[in-house]
Amino acid sequence: MSTALTAAMIIGWTVVISVYGILVGLFLLGIDRKLAAHMQARIGPPLRQPFRDVRKLLIKESVIPANAIPWMFNLAPIMALASSLVILLYLPAGSVMPPLGSYGDLILVMYLLTVPALALVAGGFASGSPYATVGAQREMVTMIAYEFPLAIVVVAVAWRLGAAGLAEPFTLTTIASNPIWSVVGPLGILGILLLLFISAAITPAELSRIPFDTQEAETELAGGLLVEYSGRNLAMFYLSQGVKSLVMGALVVAIFFPWNISTFVAMPATVALPVDLLFFLAKVILVLFFSVTLVRVAMARFRISQVIPVYWTYLSVIGLVGLLLLMADTVIPLAGVGA
Amino acid sequence: MSGNEGKKAPYVVPIGPTHPALKEPVMFTFKMEGESIKDVDFAPGQTHRGIEWMGMRRNPVQIVHLTDRICGICGVHHTLAFARAVEQIAEIEVPPRADYIRTILAEFERIQSHLLWAGVAAHELGFDSLLHLTWRVREQSMDVIENLTGNRVNYGIVQVGGVRRDIVPDQHKIIEDCLSTYEGLLGKLLDLFLHDRSITLRCRDRGVLSRQQALELCTVGPTARASGVNADLRQDYPYCAYGDLDITAVLPDQHMGETRGDVYDRIVVRLIEVGQSCGIVRQCLDQMPSGPITGEEKLAKLLAICKKARGEAIGRVEAPRGECFHYVRMNGKESPEGWKVKASSYSNLMSWIPMLRGEQIADIPIIVASIDPCLSCTDRVAVVKDNSRQIMTKEELHRLSVEKTRRLSS
Repeated sequence: MSTALTAAMIIGWTVVISVYGILVGLFLLGIDRKLAAHMQARIGPPLRQPFRDVRKLLIKESVIPANAIPWMFNLAPIMALASSLVILLYLPAGSVMPPLGSYGDLILVMYLLTVPALALVAGGFASGSPYATVGAQREMVTMIAYEFPLAIVVVAVAWRLGAAGLAEPFTLTTIASNPIWSVVGPLGILGILLLLFISAAITPAELSRIPFDTQEAETELAGGLLVEYSGRNLAMFYLSQGVKSLVMGALVVAIFFPWNISTFVAMPATVALPVDLLFFLAKVILVLFFSVTLVRVAMARFRISQVIPVYWTYLSVIGLVGLLLLMADTVIPLAGVGA
Repeated sequence: MSGNEGKKAPYVVPIGPTHPALKEPVMFTFKMEGESIKDVDFAPGQTHRGIEWMGMRRNPVQIVHLTDRICGICGVHHTLAFARAVEQIAEIEVPPRADYIRTILAEFERIQSHLLWAGVAAHELGFDSLLHLTWRVREQSMDVIENLTGNRVNYGIVQVGGVRRDIVPDQHKIIEDCLSTYEGLLGKLLDLFLHDRSITLRCRDRGVLSRQQALELCTVGPTARASGVNADLRQDYPYCAYGDLDITAVLPDQHMGETRGDVYDRIVVRLIEVGQSCGIVRQCLDQMPSGPITGEEKLAKLLAICKKARGEAIGRVEAPRGECFHYVRMNGKESPEGWKVKASSYSNLMSWIPMLRGEQIADIPIIVASIDPCLSCTDRVAVVKDNSRQIMTKEELHRLSVEKTRRLSS
């Protein structure tokens, strides 16, 4: 393939992925709000409410506070949205393999995941408001807190795939086409369940949702990081929140639930594509329901000083136990059934 | 916001006059070091409405309805405190049945106020599901109050000399239904609030007010009782029908076995008081005597009696938030010569300072809410500037507000 053609393809994919990411992301936010409302004995907003919100924000004035650093303040939302969209280029969706799958792997995705958070931090510090500053500090602390357990999950899964003899275990194409459950024995399954639990616990922190929403904490910081944002800038953060939800859902689905319907039921390619995509979306919605919606209606917000022990002590220990179980799985002969 | 000293610790975080953590306006200034509070100061007086000024130009029958509007929650208690003060000055005898009806209404008010507070507390902790569920449960008490008084808020039920509506036998069943629902739900509510791990983590040992501090700062109501101060006007200084009833103050050690004086204990006290109020209403319904519901039915005659009255008196009642205190002085004129309201929050506000010192930013909302502050009740302050007091006329205030609006929009 010539370089020009590759470039054109990548640009094409980027446009497609952006539209898909934004639309599905907003849709996911709508589902989350509706389900949470029903669990709280409310009716809740219609599913298209996030779209209306974005439309409203786009026609509102974007106020820049007097003591903000304007270029950084305006750049942060663009960075947040762009970087969340970029991650989607590396994640499989249904039977559609990632367009940039051959250029980056799970480690890159892990790093890219920090960029929207860093953009939020930059925007928060650039706001020049004490609430946003406190929020930005909290966001950094939270990021440092959940990074370690996230790394454990990524390394454990890839290492086990590598130990099972698969080439390039870190690439998402490999991970998605070889469900981790199929290469491990009973001990390994226990280990993977623990890792799945960790991923579910990281998701709300990554998406700044209760109980880990200390950086935005409405009642404490009045919106924290986002307190000074309005109009178009806030709309972009809102869109990036939707895209990030899709990213986290897609990541968990790619690592733990990569099955497609088309691999089990024979069907023509034209049918398989939409069916797999819909199945993928259903999986993302389920993942987000259990890790975000259900958790946020069932818990109170943590203090920032409670967030760190939760991740560094409890979840890291659970993650390490999961990792050890996966290692034991390769050592103990009766376990390596699938390999 | 703190300008050139922004980088140095301690930095200043202002919270207020309006902020999502505050349900009513008050201005906090926090000196922070990282996430922990070094020092705190607050300035009330942001929502002064001049109700006493209005009252001084009206007669007691009218003022009773003005007192309803001092607070959106404790309408009955403010009217009751004012009516009791006037009744003492004018020597109006309140019939026993009216006393019982007043007690029932006051206790229903306590139930709905405590449930409202519990929901707000859950919201401050970021636990919105509990807010929605608690407020849904609260609706039944609001319905009963509406059935008894005709209104959900600003009840307009208490009048000087008695009450304006009777409780008829048909209504007993509605009240009984509500009471049994709440008694059934109480165990569940206690379980949700007291045994939920995330609530315990956030509330245990936060915002501690020792018994000594509670006494020194003259705190009242659930705030004082949660710190182990055995004070409840209904027990210490019975009014209305409380003298006939069996009441002991709710203290946290009765339920938890110890008193720590933290936010958690304040939740305990308020929730147990919901159950206690149900018991009180039930006792009142059983013992309610028959007879008239007001000492003086004709308003014109009542006004004439008030007009002749001379003297001063204090009306004290145990509102949901603590002692509510009305001082009235009549001097043979249609309107009172003096009227001073001391809402329960006024006595409790100062306890914020020891509670907040040393805590984290994250604890500010729940600690501030834990005394159930009612600032619209509290704020009745004259303007003090450069150590000189002045009373501003309506024209002056209008001129100032126009100037400020111009300044803001230019």
